[in-house]
Parts: sequence; structure tokens; C-alpha cells
Amino acid sequence: MKDKNKGIERILTLSSSPHIRDKTTVARIMRAVIIALSPGVAASIYFFGLRAVELILVCSLSSVTAEYLFLKIRGKGIFGGPSALLTGLLLALILPPSFPLWGAALGAIFAVIIGKQIFGGLGYNIFNPALIGRAFLVATFPVLMTRWVKPFTLDAVTTATPLGLLKFQSQPTPVLPLFLGNVAGSLGETSSLALLIGGAYLLLKRYIDWRIPLSYLSSVALLSTIFYLIDPLCGAPSFHLFAGGLMIGALFMATDPVTSPLTKQGRWIFGLGAGIIVVIIRRWGGYPEGVMFSILLMNAFTPLMDRYIKPKTFGGR
Amino acid sequence: MTRSYRIYAEFIKGLWKQNPVLVQLLGMCPTLAITNSAINGFSMGMAVTFVLVCSGIVISSFRKLIPREVRIATFTIIIASFVTVIDYTMKANFPAISKALGPYVPLIVVNCIILGRQEAFTSKNPPLASLADALGMGLGFTGTLIILGSIRELLGLGSIFGYRVLGPSFTPWVIMILPPGAFLTLGILIGLIKILSHSKIVNRTL
Repeated sequence: MKDKNKGIERILTLSSSPHIRDKTTVARIMRAVIIALSPGVAASIYFFGLRAVELILVCSLSSVTAEYLFLKIRGKGIFGGPSALLTGLLLALILPPSFPLWGAALGAIFAVIIGKQIFGGLGYNIFNPALIGRAFLVATFPVLMTRWVKPFTLDAVTTATPLGLLKFQSQPTPVLPLFLGNVAGSLGETSSLALLIGGAYLLLKRYIDWRIPLSYLSSVALLSTIFYLIDPLCGAPSFHLFAGGLMIGALFMATDPVTSPLTKQGRWIFGLGAGIIVVIIRRWGGYPEGVMFSILLMNAFTPLMDRYIKPKTFGGR
Repeated sequence: MTRSYRIYAEFIKGLWKQNPVLVQLLGMCPTLAITNSAINGFSMGMAVTFVLVCSGIVISSFRKLIPREVRIATFTIIIASFVTVIDYTMKANFPAISKALGPYVPLIVVNCIILGRQEAFTSKNPPLASLADALGMGLGFTGTLIILGSIRELLGLGSIFGYRVLGPSFTPWVIMILPPGAFLTLGILIGLIKILSHSKIVNRTL
């Protein structure tokens, strides 16, 4: 008997799970998201020119430098270059084109340090860092953050965003320019087409879960259809889907693996709740756009959802 | 340990080592609510110091007469009397500041620094030590509120104590004079002080 056990011991190597490892790493996913954002970046440079290049460079550089210096001073934690770069890039894409560069740098530093590193670094942050950066800038420089320019005019002609036009002047915008991105708005949020191409790449590569964008977009579509049928002045559902930051929010921010729920049901609830909040803010809120607040609010509920929605264990009841 | 040194130690501890805001985290309500300018922080700090000192002396003088069972109620009545005094004095002499501080002057009654000091210190110590303790705590509170108020006023309005410090090219950070600015500034300040005091302890033990 004893000899038999000895034999087994020699044959088996013991190690704790996970046993099957994939090539996928955090840096790899972050790099894939950056690649997926490239059509959006290209569209922003096409519509807003050199200004977009400047803002993107300043935000990316400041966020990477801030993360590096913070970790160096703290003396612990792993420097995640691509993830800090992604935060900076996403922040740049949701800033108004005429925003000053020093303000963009401040927002990027705030996003990385207060939005992420204060909580313990990548994986521990409760809120999407890029959106924290934007929320800080909206509260800090309310005038600069609501000054929009027309595409191709190089900061010369200020105008309102399509959502602003609808909310304050009851003036709808045709769907085609909205879809292509030839409207006023934040750098990278205007072109739904470019963002959808990038989002499709991520979905096909399975780096993001389709449940969040689907439930988010469909709840916005459904609710805005109901409001449109009651009062056509609220804007058509096609308008609400392609206007503002909904596409970049649904595809690139709500799907952030750190701040979205782990379970399938949780993801459905996340998207549904965010969609409801967007429509409510757009319809009754003080701001014309509510994507940022909708995602941040649902981020706050994510730990709760992960706590109470437990997946059924295999073979369990 | 001489008597004068003991009094000095009771005074000095409130300034840094047991700072009521930064270390004990007491009195958060006025700390967060009224530090949107340096002058507001200073006025609030002075009002709290006055109430701390007066109620501290009175309560420590009567500490042996106050029955244990009703001590909290007695402390509150004594504190409330001095708060009423300072509230009316400020309303009469500094109406603008009194208006800016709003309900937070009457609310000094429920400030946990004051009740906390009576419970922890003055009800067990003679009047002179209580005076030193109250002055130390009051000045520690005032100093912290002035620092918080100055940071928020500087970034939020570009001025300190109403004097313009930063030029016209400075864009004010509106968030700093709004409630979130109080949380951000206080949190970062406490974090920095923890880092500083921690590194000091580590250096001393090495």
C-alpha cells in the first residue's frame, strides 16, 4: 500500500489553479482597446485637426508620467504603461476640442492619481478613471468644458452640441452627420461610425462583453422611443443613439473590465440602469448629456451587484 | 515632570500630535462646510476656540459637583450658553461673517471636538490644565481650518483672505469652493500628513 502511494506522488505534480494559461494579459487587452480606438482617433484628427493631436498627446503623456511618478514615489505597485496610456487617450477623446492643454494635463493627472492610484492602482479603482477625470474637469472649469466648436473650423466658430441644440433650442439634428461625426462635440465622441468599427473589433476579439453595450444601447433606444411617441420634441431614438457620448461610453467605458460587474446578470443590470439614467438626464436633467454620470453611477453599484449576484456553481443547486 | 511643563504639554499636543481635525478627525461638519475661504475658516476656528476655552474652564471648575449620570446634559447646557453668547456677538459685530457661516455657528453646540474634550479631559482635570488643553485644541482646529480655507480659496478664487494672489490669467477651479473641493482637499491633506508622520516614526526607530 505504502509503495503504491509513493509511486503516485512521483507521477503527479501539484499546483493550484489556474492550470490552463492564455496569452491574454492586462497589457495585451489594454493594447487591443487602444488599437480599437484608432478609428475614433483618426476621426477626431480628421474633424478637429491639429488640436486633436495636441490634446491626445498631452493627455497620454501626462497620465503615463503621473502613474510612473506616483508609483516611483510610493515605492510599490506595478507600472502599467498601456493602462495609463488608455486612460489618457480616453480622457482626451471626451474633452471639448477647444479645451486648454494645461487643463487637459490636469485632468489626466487627476484621473490617474485620484481616479485610480489612490484606490490602490489598476484593478482596485471603483470608478472609470477617464470619466473621473472628465467629471473633475466639468465641475472645475464649467465654462471651458461646455464650449464647443464646429468641425473643420479650427476653434473659430463656437456652436452647441446636437444634444444642447435639442435641449435648449428644440432643434433636431439630421442622423447622417451625427452618424459620421460632422457635428460639434467632444473630440472622439462625434463619429459613431468610427467608434462602432473599433467596438466591433473588440467584440469579435471577445475583449469586451456584448451584454453591456447591447443592454445599454437598447434600453436607451426603447426608452427614447417611448418618449418620442409621447412628445416628438424629445428627439427620435435614432438621434439619441448616435448623439453625444453614448457610443464611446457604451463601447469603451461601460465595458471597462475593472469597473463593470463580473456576472452576466450583473452586466445586463449595469447596461439597463445606465441606459435609464442617460434618458432621464437627457430628458429632465440640467445637463444636455448624461452618459458620464450614468456610467459613474452604475460603477458605484458594481460592487453591490458582484456581492449579491452569485453565479450558480457547476453541479450546485 | 514639573507642573509648568505638564501644562505646556497639554497645550502643545492639540496643535499637531493630537490635532482635532487632522488626527482625531473630529468636527468634520464645520471643517468641510465652511472652509471655502480662509476668513471663514479663521472665524469658525475662533468661535470654536472661545466656546472650548470658556466651557472647559467652567466644566473643570464644577467637575466634582456634576453628577456622573447627567453629565452629558449638563455639559451641553453649559456649551450651549457660550455658543449663544458667541452667536449673538458675531451677529452684532460681524454680520457679514455671521451670515457666511450660516447655521454652523449655532451648530457648534453639537461639535464633537467640544463635547469630546469635556468628556475626555476637562471633567477629570483642574482648570489650568483644562485651559491649556482647550487653547491647544482650539488653535489646532483654527490653524487647520485656515490652511484648508487658504488652499481652497487660492485654487477656487485665486485669492487668500480676500487678497488677490494669482493673476488674471489664472482660471479659477470652481470645484474647490464647492463641497467636493472640501473632501478632496481634506483627504489629500490627511494623506500627506500620514505619509510625513509615518516616515518620521520610521526614521526615529531606525
